[in-house]
Amino acid sequence: MTTTLILEQILNGLQSGIMLFLMAAGLTLIFGVMGLINLAHGSLYMVGAFCAAAAAAATGSFALGLVAALAGASAAGALIELVVIRRLYDRDHLDQVLATFALILVFSEGTRWVFGSFPLYLDVPDALSGPVTLPGGIEYPLYRLTLILAGLAVAAGLFWLIARTRIGVQIRAGENDREMIAALGVDIDRLYTFIFALGAALAGLAGALVGAIQSVQVGMGEPVLILAFVTIVIGGIGSIKGALVGALLVGLTDTLGSVFLPELFKLFMAPAAATQTGASLSSMAIYILMAVVLVWRPTGLFGARA
Amino acid sequence: MTRETLFNLAVLAGLVALPIYAHLADEPFTITLATRAVILSLAAVGLNIALGIGGLVSLGHAVFFGIGGYAMGILAFHAQNYMPLMEAPFLIEGTKSMPVIWLVAVIASALAALVIGLLSLRTSGVYFIMITLAFGQMFYYFAISWSAYGGEDGMSIYVRNGFPGLNTLIPIQFYGLCLAALVLALGFNGALARSRFGLALNAARQVPDRVRAVGLDPFRLRLVAFTISGAITGLAGALFADLNRFVSPTMFSWQLSGEFIVFIIIGGTARLFGPVVGACLFVVLEHYIGGWSDYWHIWFGLLLLVIVLFGRGGVIGLIAGKARAHG
Repeated sequence: MTTTLILEQILNGLQSGIMLFLMAAGLTLIFGVMGLINLAHGSLYMVGAFCAAAAAAATGSFALGLVAALAGASAAGALIELVVIRRLYDRDHLDQVLATFALILVFSEGTRWVFGSFPLYLDVPDALSGPVTLPGGIEYPLYRLTLILAGLAVAAGLFWLIARTRIGVQIRAGENDREMIAALGVDIDRLYTFIFALGAALAGLAGALVGAIQSVQVGMGEPVLILAFVTIVIGGIGSIKGALVGALLVGLTDTLGSVFLPELFKLFMAPAAATQTGASLSSMAIYILMAVVLVWRPTGLFGARA
Repeated sequence: MTRETLFNLAVLAGLVALPIYAHLADEPFTITLATRAVILSLAAVGLNIALGIGGLVSLGHAVFFGIGGYAMGILAFHAQNYMPLMEAPFLIEGTKSMPVIWLVAVIASALAALVIGLLSLRTSGVYFIMITLAFGQMFYYFAISWSAYGGEDGMSIYVRNGFPGLNTLIPIQFYGLCLAALVLALGFNGALARSRFGLALNAARQVPDRVRAVGLDPFRLRLVAFTISGAITGLAGALFADLNRFVSPTMFSWQLSGEFIVFIIIGGTARLFGPVVGACLFVVLEHYIGGWSDYWHIWFGLLLLVIVLFGRGGVIGLIAGKARAHG
């Protein structure tokens, strides 16, 4: 067990954590402002990945693929907000769960219809492929490093948008009192559509970026969606800061757990049994983390509301 | 007798008559389809105790379904390989006897529901939905990583387990067992809803503060309901595994948890027979639309959207009119 390996795994954990943040940020914004639980957020992640893969295959440009992912996912988001989601804001959570569950079925099966059941592949662009040497002599894939930096940049942009801009003021006001800002002349319907499309664009971006290191296939969004839920529960619903901290915690726990838990068990168990126990336990590690946070703070690390 | 009661009796009569007809006409596949519908109904009846009376939107009930399934799978796996489950400190052997398997399935899933309930019922609303979903995923990944019992591939049980006095290999006899379990669960559900406990649970859903004010603890009421609910769904899981003679991690999948909720809504929330009608309709649609289009989930998803957005009250609401005064 070398320092290099540990640092490399920490970077991997950061990378998956920051991508998770892009998903969780949209979910938590949508819940914070509109009070809506959106199971179809994973479908928007998938839509982003498929748009990117299709556009990159057609044009040969990864950058155009990303543009297509952002455009496709935010358009899909705006469309479902206008047609379906809008009718759910004043319904109870049960109706929201069911309607967005129905949307997952439609999106997944629709994507299968258009693209078939086989996974698509999205290649890492040439300029970003290959390893890069970091200070300290660690060789690390340039693309993954770019993901970390790009994710951090998006996170910074999002914090700036919410803290410093006019639309951010409206979003924060919408979280507190929707009647009041409607009375002050803000078009609340347009604000909601915007927030939903923004969340969708973040999810689509994450799908496209991660799609280049995993395969792009139907059903890719839901495991990420559930991880994003774990993230939000840990961070506290409605808090962007909580989503960031939660996402990094989940990403690091998941990555480090799957590498180091088997090693840890090898210290006092037979190798085969240690690998088995370690693998089982690491698959549960983030949920155990969630349970611990729940016992300690039922509303999450940064959550105010129950 | 209200229209709803009449309708319920008609559904029950159909569940008795149709498979007998299929048996006489020698159509074992229809009986298998009906058995599937009845078992899924039972799972959803279990969920309906938490969701219908207690208002607990659990998106992780496949956990209990899967635990029931694995209870059957593990016991039968050891029995068919003549391998004891445990030798020290005392000998535990596998079994092929349904009553024993059911008991283990019910106890194991009730314990899991108790633990998950203890953690997740500290929260409510959206938190509760997300947490139950997350625990479901935890069990799913655990089952995948559990290579001793098949891991991702699951495991096959070669011969269906036995029940004293019956030949469970004959489809109609196994169907009878499943239907009996469903009827008992429905009777239990009906009695529970009218009991003092059920009334208090219902009140805890509507006005928790008043329930607290009269000296009852909503948390404990919900925990008991959640545990009972998990136990019934666990029993359904054991039956489902026996129907397919196969268990795999997909029994823990979140899609299944979602489908259980869907059954209740299609049939009609807060209706005793809601889950039964929903599950039967689902199995029929899956069979017929699935045979007609490879992409039947699209049509089903759209149908579900229409039901949620416009047709509140589900099928029973459509046929039997407004629900009785019920929150």
